[in-house]
Amino acid sequence: MIHALIDPFVEFAFMRRALVGCFALSLGAPPVGVFLMLRRLSLMGDAMGHAILPGAAIGFLVAGLSVPAMSLGGFIAGIAVVLLAGFVTRSTVLREDASLAAFYLVSLALGVLIVSVKGSSIDLLHVLFGAVLALDDSALILIAAIATLTLATLAVIYRPLVLECFDPSFLRSVSPMSSPTHFLFLVLVVLNLVGGFQALGTLMVVGIMLLPAITARFWAQDISNMIVVAVASAFAASFIGLLLSYYANLPTGPAIILTIGAFYLVSMLIGMQGGLLWRLLPRKHLEA
Amino acid sequence: MNRRQLFVAATAFAAMLGSAAGAQAAAPMKVSASFSILGDMVKEVGGDRVEVFTFVGPNGDAHVYEPTPADAKELSESKILVINGLGLEGWMTRLETSSGFKGTVVTASKGVAPRKMVEDEKTVTDPHAWQSLANGRIYVANIRDALIAADPDGKATYEANANKFLDGIAAMDTKVKEAVAKLPPERRRIITTHDAFGYFGAAYGLEFIAPEGVSTESEASAKDVAKIIRQIKKEKIPAVFLENVTNSRLLDQIAKETGAKIGGTLYSDALSPPDGPAGTYLGMFRNNIETLSVALSS
Repeated sequence: MIHALIDPFVEFAFMRRALVGCFALSLGAPPVGVFLMLRRLSLMGDAMGHAILPGAAIGFLVAGLSVPAMSLGGFIAGIAVVLLAGFVTRSTVLREDASLAAFYLVSLALGVLIVSVKGSSIDLLHVLFGAVLALDDSALILIAAIATLTLATLAVIYRPLVLECFDPSFLRSVSPMSSPTHFLFLVLVVLNLVGGFQALGTLMVVGIMLLPAITARFWAQDISNMIVVAVASAFAASFIGLLLSYYANLPTGPAIILTIGAFYLVSMLIGMQGGLLWRLLPRKHLEA
Repeated sequence: MNRRQLFVAATAFAAMLGSAAGAQAAAPMKVSASFSILGDMVKEVGGDRVEVFTFVGPNGDAHVYEPTPADAKELSESKILVINGLGLEGWMTRLETSSGFKGTVVTASKGVAPRKMVEDEKTVTDPHAWQSLANGRIYVANIRDALIAADPDGKATYEANANKFLDGIAAMDTKVKEAVAKLPPERRRIITTHDAFGYFGAAYGLEFIAPEGVSTESEASAKDVAKIIRQIKKEKIPAVFLENVTNSRLLDQIAKETGAKIGGTLYSDALSPPDGPAGTYLGMFRNNIETLSVALSS
């Protein structure tokens, strides 16, 4: 049994690389996902996943299949959408979700246009599906660097960020940190999406960010515990997903995301914090 | 998918309006070909009497392709559409119906003995029949007959061009066989990115192994990759080859892990641009066999 779990990683370097890449992603992305979820911005992750497409496409056209070029392009595009959406929200009547939707849709269309006009040699959409099994050194370094930066930044802005989640108007009244915190946080969202799309593709990377966070919501009540559970479930899903792909002959990216999806379903049913099962059971009244 | 159908239908309608306006008599006959290799064959046989339009151009992937409005327009104006068949151009049927194409469809692979292969427990037909020069001769004959049927006045020209082309193919066939004969038997096993060289291998006695299946659409699983790495190590396969139509990152990693060297780029499903190393059908074979010889004989 132990052998079956470990042998693929001992024998094959590509399995070790995939595991390291997924672990690094699992360190950075799920904590960001926890805050996205708590701020009711879950769907924004999806929007941003689309928004980085034109930047990555331009990077690909300029420098070919180069990790730094595509990542830099994606990062610039993502930040541009965040900034523009923020600007429009502050200066016009539009709410943030509406302006974000507008910019990401434009960005997505632009990306598809660039891909189809110039993508004759290799189907870029295929590339953007990600390749967990083909992570080279530069991709691994990028993912690990982003995870490190994410954790360090979260540590610095942790307090204002938690306040933003639960009482943004209070934060605004007592501290000037409100908008810098918000912006830094959005930068982290974009960074993690950019780091992850090398491995999982622009769409499924959102899965490794949000699904562990949503799963953790059923097991923990305070934020720090939630982050721990989210990271742990992302780790477990990466490991199980890779083994599934190895033994059951399944494509790797979807196998990992579906494993977290299964975690979510199970947690929703039996999770200690508001899981379905506990709600259906008749509960004893607490005694004072 | 629906979006795409709607798009093609709309543009085809526009194209029909356009094509009703002008039909000229003296101009060369318009022929559409689904991808660059067929396009080159039609050019060789048709010479000046035909104007060839190719949907999937140089270095393009014919397995997955999204037709554009210009494609639908060109197709509606063509008298002949040359396709490979054998399930290669899954996107073509819709384009054909939606563009209002009224000409003849020529399946260039008609008469070829198709290779079946087992992939994920399903039997699939390998569409890459042009990778054997013997099949190439069948392709050329089919194209010649179709051109003559559509344009009987040009019969002599088409026959002369086809004969010249067939001679060239026969000469290349000999050349490939000679080159393969020089390779040591234990080195005739080759890794590529997708299963495109089944016919080539069967015709010339080489064995090709690939992590992706016969279509570039499938994503490799960890199991597939592990299998190939084991095989490379066990059988001491000397080199892996990239293809012009697929993503090379996975193969780079496989080469790094096994110590096999990267032998160069093979042209499988598309030609290079005309000024590249494989601008024509015969040029493609010349390039591929030279690349293979250099990497495998050293």
